[in-house]
Amino acid sequence: MSGQMEIESITKSYGMGSLRKPVIEDCSFTLEEGKLTVLIGPSGCGKTTLINVLAGYDAVESGTISIDGSPVKGPGKDRLVVFQETALFPWMTTLQNVTYGPMVRGERNQKDIENAAMELLRKVGLEEFKDKYPTQLSGGMQRRAELVRALINTPKVMMLDEPFRGLDAMTRELMQEYYVRLFEEHGITNLFVTSEIEEAIFLADRLMILTNLPAKVRTVMEIKLPRPREFQMLTSTEYLGYKQKALEILHEEAMKAFGSGSRAAVSDFIEAYSEVKDASKTDEPHS
Amino acid sequence: MTKQKPSYFMGINLRKLRKTIFGKATYRGIVAIIGTIIFWEICSRLNVPVIGMIPPPSLVFNSLSELLRDPDYWESWVVSFQRVFTGFIVAQIIGIPIGLIMGINRHFRELSFPIIEILRPIPPLAWVPTAVIFWPTPEMSITFVTFLGAFFTMVLNILGGVKNVDIRYVRAAISLGSSKTDIFWRIILPATLPSLFTGMTVGMGITWEVVVAAEMIASRSGLGFMTWQSYVAGNYPVIVIGMISIGIAGYISSSFIRLLGGRLTPWLKII
Repeated sequence: MSGQMEIESITKSYGMGSLRKPVIEDCSFTLEEGKLTVLIGPSGCGKTTLINVLAGYDAVESGTISIDGSPVKGPGKDRLVVFQETALFPWMTTLQNVTYGPMVRGERNQKDIENAAMELLRKVGLEEFKDKYPTQLSGGMQRRAELVRALINTPKVMMLDEPFRGLDAMTRELMQEYYVRLFEEHGITNLFVTSEIEEAIFLADRLMILTNLPAKVRTVMEIKLPRPREFQMLTSTEYLGYKQKALEILHEEAMKAFGSGSRAAVSDFIEAYSEVKDASKTDEPHS
Repeated sequence: MTKQKPSYFMGINLRKLRKTIFGKATYRGIVAIIGTIIFWEICSRLNVPVIGMIPPPSLVFNSLSELLRDPDYWESWVVSFQRVFTGFIVAQIIGIPIGLIMGINRHFRELSFPIIEILRPIPPLAWVPTAVIFWPTPEMSITFVTFLGAFFTMVLNILGGVKNVDIRYVRAAISLGSSKTDIFWRIILPATLPSLFTGMTVGMGITWEVVVAAEMIASRSGLGFMTWQSYVAGNYPVIVIGMISIGIAGYISSSFIRLLGGRLTPWLKII
């Protein structure tokens, strides 16, 4: 196994001169090999910027990023991103989307690639939908297809930027279950960004809380819930303890953001952490 | 996997085709056309202002039955179609690459955009005098003007299409190991196809408008000329036939584009 990612005092800002606004400043952390690190922080705290930098879409101004000891530059198949909303190619079928990576790299022959893709699709229950286009899939199915599209490339690190955002509560729960099973089976280093505390603790080996802008790591909590994870763990006293602690820190950060003038951050905080259960939709394909 | 769809002919689902042809929409369409013809006939007989001035369907059908046997009438169709398609196809051959290169190459875009933006607002018909002067034959000048009608629409639609390609698709493709060639052929081009076909549909419409007007001004053949000449000769039923023929010709042309677009962008089909 490999996929240890070291991030050392990276800085990234937008704008120039007096308008320069640091988004990430002197930020250091480690994504431990084979662990699922969940990144949580107030909205607009630079989580997406951080993902873009780690994936290599944006360059850092200073600091280093390395994976298994060798520095990384630019995007690469060792660090794959599952985006907010779906970034499946609409003009390709589910199967074509999944086989895209190995196909353009010309790694294996077409037959092997398709077999590998079908096996993964079977695991996430999308076997029958292999010839459908993304628009013909439900939101939950699209996210599963996207997870599989990343997984088939056996990346060293997988990064997921609020992948289940916008899904209804029931589909979201289902997706968390699919995702946590895939992770437990493959053991790839994962960085999962979310703004939902419950999801964060349920999934995480390590819960990383970011500060308000400019982003830095405020705390890393080791979540010692046993694996495989089950939803009933969300009622354990251990879980409640983690949640209580995380909420206190997040609340502090939200208050700081409010103090510095960001009203949005506070309303986001209230929205994100008040427990809204909307089970009106189910995970059915669009007809 | 069992294949349970035997009724295919040249890749076309015959059952679906039959449904489309004999479906409710077709019957409604036929009812609407017949209704319009009856309404028009009654208006003519009753001398209703404006509509009553148009020759009644009975007269038009009389002339039509004569015209249908007249090879000159069919010649007009062929000539206009040739002009439209030559101009249109040349506009595709030149316009699609220019639009795509403008979209992906900033230098080329910055160089060519101002020129295109100045030339674009000039109505194609304003080009008729220069076209007649510059091109050796009238045929070439008319084809050139039809070309212009589709060209700018193609370029701008494709440029817009390329610029609107979602950056996440490109990023995902780069991460997955695509080369620049892959990005162009497998990501940018398919992502641009919907705008390309919008451009083609609009461009086809403009091409027919332009060809008809150009034929009236600078030609002695084609459906536009036929319509204009009938006016000059005072043969009113043929004016109506000319107009309806142009309408049908335009409809056939855009159906063809829609068919092509539907085949090449199957993911846009709403089921």
